[in-house]
Amino acid sequence: MPKNNDPQTILRMEEIHKSFPGGVFANRGVNLEVRQGEIHCLLGENGAGKTVLMSVLYGLYKPDAGCIYYKNEKFDVHNPKDAIQNRIGMVHQHFMLVETLSVAENIILGQYKPWKVLNNLDPVIKKIQQMSKDYSLNVDPTSLVKDLSVGEQQRVEILKALYHGADLLILDEPTAVLTPQESENLLDFLRQLADKGLTIVFITHKLEEVMQISDRVTILRDGKTIATVNTKETNPRELAKMMVGRDVLMNLTKKEKQPGRIIFSVKNLNVNDERGLPAVRNFSFDVHEREIVGIAGVSGNGQSELALALAGLMESEFDSIVLNDISITKRDLTRLNQLGMAHIPEDRQKMGLILPFSVSENFIAETFNDRPFSKYGFLQFKTIKNYSQSLVKKFSIRVGDIDEEIAHLSGGNQQKVVVARELDRRPKFLLVNQPTRGIDIGATEFVRQQIIAERDGGAAILLISTDLEEIFALSDRILVMFEGRIMGEVSPNPDMIEQVGLLMAGKTIESAL
Amino acid sequence: MELIPSILFLQSILAATWRMATPILYAAVGEVFSEKAGVINIGLEGVMLIGAFSAYSVAFESGSLWLGLLAAILAGILSGLIFAFFTITIKANQIVVGAAFNMIGMGITGFLYRSMYAVSAVPLGLKTFQSVEIPFLSSIPFFGEVLFKHNIMVYGTLLVVPLATFVLYKTAFGLSIRAVGEHPKAADTVGVNVFRMRYLSVMIGTALAAVGGAFLVLAYADQFVEGVVSGRGFIALAVVVFGRWKPWGAFWSSLLFGIFYALQLRIQTMPDVNIPYQFLQALPYLATLLVLVGFNKRRVQAPKTLGVPYK
Amino acid sequence: MDFGSIKKRLLKFSRSAWTPFAAIPIALGIGAIVLLIAGYNPLQAYAAMWQGAFKDRTAITEVLIKATPLIFIGAGLAVAFRCSIWNIGAEGQFYAGAVAATAVGIYLGDLPRFLLVPLVLIAGASSGALWGMLAAFLKNRFGANEVVTTIMLNYIAIFITGWLVTGPMIETEGLFAQTAKISQNAWLWRFLPPTRLHTGFILALVLAVVLYIIIFKTSLGYTIRAVGINPDAARYAGINVKRKVLLAMAISGGAAGLGGAVEVSAISYRLYQLISPGYGFDGIAVSLLVNNNPLGVIFSGILFGALRSGAEVMQMNAKVPSVLVFLIQGLVVLSVVAFGVYSYVSKEKEE
Repeated sequence: MPKNNDPQTILRMEEIHKSFPGGVFANRGVNLEVRQGEIHCLLGENGAGKTVLMSVLYGLYKPDAGCIYYKNEKFDVHNPKDAIQNRIGMVHQHFMLVETLSVAENIILGQYKPWKVLNNLDPVIKKIQQMSKDYSLNVDPTSLVKDLSVGEQQRVEILKALYHGADLLILDEPTAVLTPQESENLLDFLRQLADKGLTIVFITHKLEEVMQISDRVTILRDGKTIATVNTKETNPRELAKMMVGRDVLMNLTKKEKQPGRIIFSVKNLNVNDERGLPAVRNFSFDVHEREIVGIAGVSGNGQSELALALAGLMESEFDSIVLNDISITKRDLTRLNQLGMAHIPEDRQKMGLILPFSVSENFIAETFNDRPFSKYGFLQFKTIKNYSQSLVKKFSIRVGDIDEEIAHLSGGNQQKVVVARELDRRPKFLLVNQPTRGIDIGATEFVRQQIIAERDGGAAILLISTDLEEIFALSDRILVMFEGRIMGEVSPNPDMIEQVGLLMAGKTIESAL
Repeated sequence: MELIPSILFLQSILAATWRMATPILYAAVGEVFSEKAGVINIGLEGVMLIGAFSAYSVAFESGSLWLGLLAAILAGILSGLIFAFFTITIKANQIVVGAAFNMIGMGITGFLYRSMYAVSAVPLGLKTFQSVEIPFLSSIPFFGEVLFKHNIMVYGTLLVVPLATFVLYKTAFGLSIRAVGEHPKAADTVGVNVFRMRYLSVMIGTALAAVGGAFLVLAYADQFVEGVVSGRGFIALAVVVFGRWKPWGAFWSSLLFGIFYALQLRIQTMPDVNIPYQFLQALPYLATLLVLVGFNKRRVQAPKTLGVPYK
Repeated sequence: MDFGSIKKRLLKFSRSAWTPFAAIPIALGIGAIVLLIAGYNPLQAYAAMWQGAFKDRTAITEVLIKATPLIFIGAGLAVAFRCSIWNIGAEGQFYAGAVAATAVGIYLGDLPRFLLVPLVLIAGASSGALWGMLAAFLKNRFGANEVVTTIMLNYIAIFITGWLVTGPMIETEGLFAQTAKISQNAWLWRFLPPTRLHTGFILALVLAVVLYIIIFKTSLGYTIRAVGINPDAARYAGINVKRKVLLAMAISGGAAGLGGAVEVSAISYRLYQLISPGYGFDGIAVSLLVNNNPLGVIFSGILFGALRSGAEVMQMNAKVPSVLVFLIQGLVVLSVVAFGVYSYVSKEKEE
């Protein structure tokens, strides 16, 4: 490829391919061109490949193919230190800060030879204070990171990048952890930085932000570059379409919906995340018998917290929760599986399965103490084996030996085990969270079919998924979740896909018009 | 006049305290380094034994106490290298490797001692480090006895603790160590070699523990016996917790345990006190239990990745 | 049961069982180097060890006798380790059991045999269980690290024993630091005279099998293993983690305590200071060697019993200090650990 001599282009990433074991193709020939001094947004849904692309640039991943040109030179980067030395800075979603150290200490970490005496940090502190003032960042270099708010911590990350002399600053979904006011401040700040000559790459899924601050935006979808446009020449509708739009494959057979009575009803659910910030706000919804309600949204908008709260694994406040006409108390939440609820969790390896256990041992993970699997405390292996084998057959799970460690199964088959286990209990209410994440096409198709079958059989199902195709294919009604709230309800009509895209990205239907 | 016996009693207790605390103190300061970097070494007992025996045999054969001390340090470093290899490179469970080290320490020192020395007819005692009386200061009533008449290895703690504090908090090396134990990934991304930091911390830890063991034969007793360490390596672990993973904290906590040891020894010699001596012997261990229980861990957190290998 | 599945199980067993068989020669090899450095002939030393352990019926029974406390302790530790509780306090729990057994054996000595023997054993098991549960309680309630607490409890138990045998429970003659003999009604039956092999050995085997069944064949064992592997997933499945921790330590301590009771009522007939020459630590190696499998403990217990027994004879005949055994044990643990990771790593590469 000829070297790009355009003085305006500071970064050119060409035909970047990156895949991960398990058959995940995160980047499939992505092209990106960023100009000096601009604010360039990378827009896309979950799994579009934005973070992976930037991680490749920052030296966290090695690309399978493709090249990078930075400042008109071929850029071979092996680790983040290379990137930092080349004046590229990145602010990650999960901060790379040591909480027990001070701001100054975090900034100078790794910068000096080991024997350097840091007796007097005053020069560093002064420099940080000066930079802090110059950029209006208001960070106290002597405070401990753990005493800072999340917004302040993010400012430290930015300051760290600037201190190391970054010319190109990458931010990965920075407003995901900020309050609206802090987000405004951040966007203002970034504009200032760009005015001073810095180049900024801003990863986001929020259309509002794209329209507000970017000069140009590149849309990624399914690991490919869809387009790069000047922000001034586009609008949210168009962006949403590019971000999300495709023909939704609907070759799943689904009976016409005939919802019955309300099985599961939630009024005003509020959940705080690990940091104590509100993640689910005044959330209310109903799910009927023989109905699948799909919760669409980009991850990080409260879905995990919603699921964990309903599964009784996370503290929550609510006005009322009713399951099958029984009013649920907070205590009941921890034993909802005894009241007719099943849960397919988001993280099968952490919550759904015990990896070193065998396949059959995992099938009985919730029922090991009940008859017929256990009599007088003794596990009835024959019964368990028969049961496991019948489930394996029924759900077409590819298992070599039912007694082998479940860790040896592919992701798809592991998920099938979880699905089989939960569905076999004929639940009245089924909570499904990212059912087909990280599994192969065959298993995906199968799992979706099972969910539909369950719905036809009378269950009420709440489906949380970041995969829009899945939401559209399975749901009878779609609720879009953004920043912990329901933005709107949409019917699963393929024409509505743009609307959903807008809602997912934070724009209410009216304001998009 | 009745005041004098109790003052003398207090004086002798306090005078012994620092001396009794010394071996635990060396080991604890070393372990602070190791744990700050995220590696827990429960094999300190074995390492102290190795240090003690190395010091003894080299000192005995060569006639030089200082050579013995050097031998202990080298043995400690070697032990640390092996321990680090198993826990950091092979990423084996740190508790298990520590337990193995205790067995190995017991076995190899006991074996070598019995083969080389226990059958000897020659007197086995070393001419240990003598107390150094600091001129003028040692003549101060009460405090002179308590503080200024110790041997050089005891005074050495006053060198090691500030030095450790300095290295840990005032050098880039110490900063890296502290980062690696809390958030190794963050350190990795700015170019800190997590494995190297952990290796070095572990080796500092075992080297100091070996010095603690050496003290027990070079200054405390005058020869090696198989029970010479008797649990001090484990008490050092509690001292680290109680001292909040800081060298000065370890210093004061060790002194606290030193008091129990001193009390135990002194009360045994008092004829009219009827406490069975086993209760006194148990005091330090009981104290350790109480420390771990009463110490509310929520106030100060252990280094976040303590015990977790880094991939 | 069809042959296919039997064959598959054998293959799987042998693939995971090769580690101890590989670890032992390596440990012995390094031990040989140490012997050489110290001026001994390793071949002579090991030959004496082998001889000492296996030369005749009496020797073999001595191996089994030495294995008995190791099997008790090892089986109990297998349970604790499977629950990821690092019980380094088996030594203290053993002592606790020995103390209780002796007390019952002496003070309730007039009871008839069929009552006294079970009472002695139950007293030993309960005492060990309580001593172990104490550490579990401290962990649950105060977050106190069980490694350090169990070790401290070891020392405390040993000191209490020391006090008892030199004070309140000292023998009537007052000459040695030991208690009086327990009543004959409490003595376990030595069923193979003139050897010392006693029914306690059988009891150890039974306990190992029972614990194996509990761990792998009951729902209780299921929960214990689940907690040991993934406490979060266990909690998610509705398991009360703290209760399992307590239970695992009760079983582990109880097994060790039972071992102590058996040692007193079958071998020494009285309590003295060094009733356990470090069995609690051997037990750790015994359990780790067979990947914390109570059934496997029978074999590793016998192996270490042979090491110990042989070492004693080696010390007498070849003048090699028997304490070398500790070194070999530690090396075995390290080898197993190294192999364990190695086989995991190679498994990953296979896929």
